[in-house]
Amino acid sequence: MNRTTRQATRTAVFAQSLQKTYGDTKVLDGVDLSIAEGEVFALLGPNGAGKTTTVKILSTLIPADAGTVSVLGHDLRREGDAVRAVIGVTGQFSAVDDWLTGEENLLLMGRLLHVPRAERRARAARLLEQFDLTEAATRTPVTYSGGMKRRLDIAMTLMGRPRLIFLDEPTTGLDPRSRHTTWQLIRDLVADGVTILLTTQYLEEADQLADRIAVLDHGRIVAEGTPEELKRRIPGAHISLRFADAESLGQAAQALPESTRDDEELVLRVPNEGGIASLRDVLARLGDGVAVEDLSIHTPDLDDVFFALTGNPAKEQTR
Amino acid sequence: MTTLTVAAQDASTMVGRELKHTVRFPLLLVGAIMAPVVFLLLFVYIFGGTIGGGLGAVTHSAPYVDFLVPGILMMTVAAGSGTTAITVCTDMTGGIIDRFRTMPIARGAVLTGHVGGSVLRTLVATTVLTGVALAVGFRPRASAADWLAAVGIVLAFSFALAWLSVALGLGAKTVAGANGSTLPVQFLLPFLSSTFVPASSMPLGVRWFTAHQPFTPVTESLRALLTGTAAGDNAYLALAWCAAMALAGYLWARATFRRAVR
Repeated sequence: MNRTTRQATRTAVFAQSLQKTYGDTKVLDGVDLSIAEGEVFALLGPNGAGKTTTVKILSTLIPADAGTVSVLGHDLRREGDAVRAVIGVTGQFSAVDDWLTGEENLLLMGRLLHVPRAERRARAARLLEQFDLTEAATRTPVTYSGGMKRRLDIAMTLMGRPRLIFLDEPTTGLDPRSRHTTWQLIRDLVADGVTILLTTQYLEEADQLADRIAVLDHGRIVAEGTPEELKRRIPGAHISLRFADAESLGQAAQALPESTRDDEELVLRVPNEGGIASLRDVLARLGDGVAVEDLSIHTPDLDDVFFALTGNPAKEQTR
Repeated sequence: MTTLTVAAQDASTMVGRELKHTVRFPLLLVGAIMAPVVFLLLFVYIFGGTIGGGLGAVTHSAPYVDFLVPGILMMTVAAGSGTTAITVCTDMTGGIIDRFRTMPIARGAVLTGHVGGSVLRTLVATTVLTGVALAVGFRPRASAADWLAAVGIVLAFSFALAWLSVALGLGAKTVAGANGSTLPVQFLLPFLSSTFVPASSMPLGVRWFTAHQPFTPVTESLRALLTGTAAGDNAYLALAWCAAMALAGYLWARATFRRAVR
């Protein structure tokens, strides 16, 4: 993303030592966040890490037990209405009115936000077009696919032209195609200069969209940085080759000096930046002489991140 | 724009939303009309002969249908509370309530919208019921002023029950539970009031309850207005009960709404 051309002059979200406890469970244990205006910020973590709780606090849905937050210069506790006027929220669960048509849903938002009538209609029509919902505009969301419903949800969030958008797990439960469509929509929003805080369980999603990522684990931020900085801290993508005997392993290790060998498992790991070309290159250098018993391609995922950063696997954290 | 105009605009938007819901999903209205219509037909054509004969002294030998219809009208208002609780609970259990709450709109607008929608639905339902009643032989002897007063009492009663149903709907965890929680309002209280027979004809303990519960003065004042007799204190008693129930319902709903969103 064009980080260099973007001016990060003002702070969109500034949160200090947020705490939230439900019963005996500490859901947030001192979370600090600083998000610049125009930035795409990803909160990455498994279920139960505290992502949704953070979004709920920042979007005025629930109060924090302790900590201070300012959103685009407004104090969250004292100026809730001012905060609500500049944010847009698309939660994890569908927040559309199932008994109204797609278009009526958008117009309802416009009416509630006191957008003048003509502008309301124009904006709704534009969003339906942009989100590829024009044909479905007169149907109710019950007839929509998961991806369409999510698109309508985000379109409703945009009716008010928010300056800060919260997207809580925007692609969870979507098929790969809808996921890519949603990513493109998010990228288009970024081009308009809004600030986005998104939560996700997918490293790839955070990597694709975010300027900066914070990794949340058990209510604490365990790492923060650009995708590149974080990826440097985790084991990279590699090709894993398994052999039938030590002799083949030795031959292969000679042919691929950059690899690391595991003599016990008879496995050779070859760093691989991904893509067919580098795989072809590895196979070519290996030649026909060495018999490979098994080949697998490994890309880093959330598990690797968590293992690298916390020493624990990214198991679902129960409340 | 002042805060008040904004609040009024948001509330009217939410009422509009409720009306659209009703148009899109007419079962919300039809369901609440069916039960009172069935009771009307049942008591006019099946039980009415015997009950009406037994009530000769009280009704001054007027047809039983004239005694019955004001009570059924009261029941029609009560029947609407199920729909109101269901629509409120549907909002609360879906994601839309969180969206409203993160928008810069008047806090209570969504609840006011439900109350407004509920009152308007009740107006339609009671009008339909009055039509059916006229078709099965109801002959009111009310002046124009009596009709206006009757509409006023229906509105006040509907407004009061709407706030109570909103509170019940907010407190329910499931949509089915929301409907269930209004059953006493829909059936128990109407039956234990002077809907079908006068309180004076009931066993002692029940008679005391019937005479002092809010639904009885509502029925009694509608009955007096529609049959052209003096409503007496019943009308004031009915309005006082409505005001008390509306206030209680409003405060309860407000407290439940605040708690539900934590």
